[in-house]
Amino acid sequence: MRNAKLKRWGIIVLVLSIILVLVSFLALCLGSAGIDIKNIPGILINGKGTSDYGILVGIRLPRIILGFSIGGALGLAGTMLQGMFKNPLVEPYTLGISGGASLGVCINIIFKFYSHIGIIAYPLSGFAGASLVIFLVYSLNSQTRHIRSNRMLLTGVMISYVASSLVMLLMAISKSDDLQNIVLWIMGSLDEPNTALIQLALWGSLGGLVVSYFFCFDLNALLLGEEEATNLGVNTTRTKKWLFMTASFLTGLSVSVAGIIMFVGLIVPHFMRMVAGPDHRILLISSYLAGASFLILSDVIARTIISPLELPVGVITGIIGGVIFIWALSRKQVTL
Amino acid sequence: MNNLTDPMIGPIIEPVLELENISLGYRGNRILENISFSITPGEFVSIIGPNGSGKTTLVKSISRTLTPETGLIRIKGIDIQGMSHKTLARNISVVMQSVGPVAMEVGDYVLLGRQPFFQKYQFFESSKDVTIARKYMELTNTLELSKSKINQISGGERQLASIARALTQEPLLLILDEPTSHLDITHQVQVLELIRSLQQTLGLTILVVLHDLNLAAEYSDRLILLHKDKKNIYGTGTPEQVLTKRAIQDVYHTRVMVQKNPVSGKPCIFLVTQSEMEKDRKYENHKISHKK
Repeated sequence: MRNAKLKRWGIIVLVLSIILVLVSFLALCLGSAGIDIKNIPGILINGKGTSDYGILVGIRLPRIILGFSIGGALGLAGTMLQGMFKNPLVEPYTLGISGGASLGVCINIIFKFYSHIGIIAYPLSGFAGASLVIFLVYSLNSQTRHIRSNRMLLTGVMISYVASSLVMLLMAISKSDDLQNIVLWIMGSLDEPNTALIQLALWGSLGGLVVSYFFCFDLNALLLGEEEATNLGVNTTRTKKWLFMTASFLTGLSVSVAGIIMFVGLIVPHFMRMVAGPDHRILLISSYLAGASFLILSDVIARTIISPLELPVGVITGIIGGVIFIWALSRKQVTL
Repeated sequence: MNNLTDPMIGPIIEPVLELENISLGYRGNRILENISFSITPGEFVSIIGPNGSGKTTLVKSISRTLTPETGLIRIKGIDIQGMSHKTLARNISVVMQSVGPVAMEVGDYVLLGRQPFFQKYQFFESSKDVTIARKYMELTNTLELSKSKINQISGGERQLASIARALTQEPLLLILDEPTSHLDITHQVQVLELIRSLQQTLGLTILVVLHDLNLAAEYSDRLILLHKDKKNIYGTGTPEQVLTKRAIQDVYHTRVMVQKNPVSGKPCIFLVTQSEMEKDRKYENHKISHKK
């Protein structure tokens, strides 16, 4: 019984890793520069200094790493939040974190903070907005010893509405260049020139994965409800605090670096639950790997489908993810 | 204070569970006040009482999902407020009214009962954990359901799986909160027979919240009857001592007749409906007027 389970989990992780490697390789090969696939290994090994090497390592590789980090972070955050709230409709953006980040970036664009401190103002203002929302949602719901999950969700949704209304307001009164700037940011993109930010995203997202594993058993027990989890020896208050903070950090990081990329955090956890089952020991890593592959693949499509123009990657994740998910839903029952 | 000897009544067995002046409520609304009782090892105790008298609330305070406003709860002499969540789960396990419809396999669900025993960096169940889970699944007749999903089996089967999971925690005290309330008579008896056999074969101490007074009388060693208006225990003792016509009238405001079950000798309660009482009264009046 146990060995069969281990074998199945091993196969799932292996298959997802192979898919991730294949998708990454595809992302390395495809692009507007049209580098021949056969030449790629040669360029990577001996081609240092050539322009092709520059495209592969300087442009495409960072995008792949960022896609991996953000896709993984969103898939993981979605899994943690759906498990914690026991609600299949929750996704990383439900708690208003994306709304807060958008508002932060909007304010940055309109008041032109970026002209003083440079391009880093975008992620900084996004992260400031996200953190403010996290703080608000958390402090409004944890005065007592318990964290009330449903109230927390409602507060998040409301803050989200308020933030998006404020964004609309700012957009309505802003000038047209600012407006385009805002819209482009909100739609989300993996085009990030700052390598330090990419590294931060990578380590932050991997760190989130490590932290999440400290709570994989608690998440399993929480599937049965909070009371049952307490009876199974879970300190639910502490666990929920950590899960909320970790998922919020992952979401805030993703939104401030790459903008709003919808659907990854909603669809990937459900899809992996269908494939890998409800046990969070396998579900967390599966959602991370699948989210990463899904976002890298979506980015490849976004930048090649009407090349040399680029579509916002959020559009692709929404269309592909939504359609695949509806198809899967019609064949299999979705439960937490 | 282990096994002291009282010169008058012999050895004092240390209770598994002790409640001392427990007061409970939600947001200042007191439901129970100054409750004290204790349970000795191997006892089968049922908590009975009308809706809203605080049966489930009381049990929640013992499983620490609810913190009492005053008082102490001790397991084997140790205050539960100071215990870690895991230690508490190794001492007490709880079977709730029903298990939520999760898409988890029964085998995995039962294994969750081993989580409180996991070492710090343990990631997989040990073979000992699996052996223990199997043992209790066999005992509860759920082994063949091992691969079925919780949300695809019947309510009775879910309750048995839930008991298997609770036993896998290998507790000192097994608490069951209205374990039979969603079940038909076959499964009610099946579940309670199982609990009694656990008490007898494993020497397990059992605390059950029960609605059905006849089932409580039939299976329990001792009853604790809660009174809603007094916010306290109305009476405690053997079924014969607690389930009297008078007590039920006082606590449930319902007229009943209490007779001995001809098979078990336990008290058995019969409802006397309003219309029956009317008939009875007319008959009595008729007899009286006839005599005159």
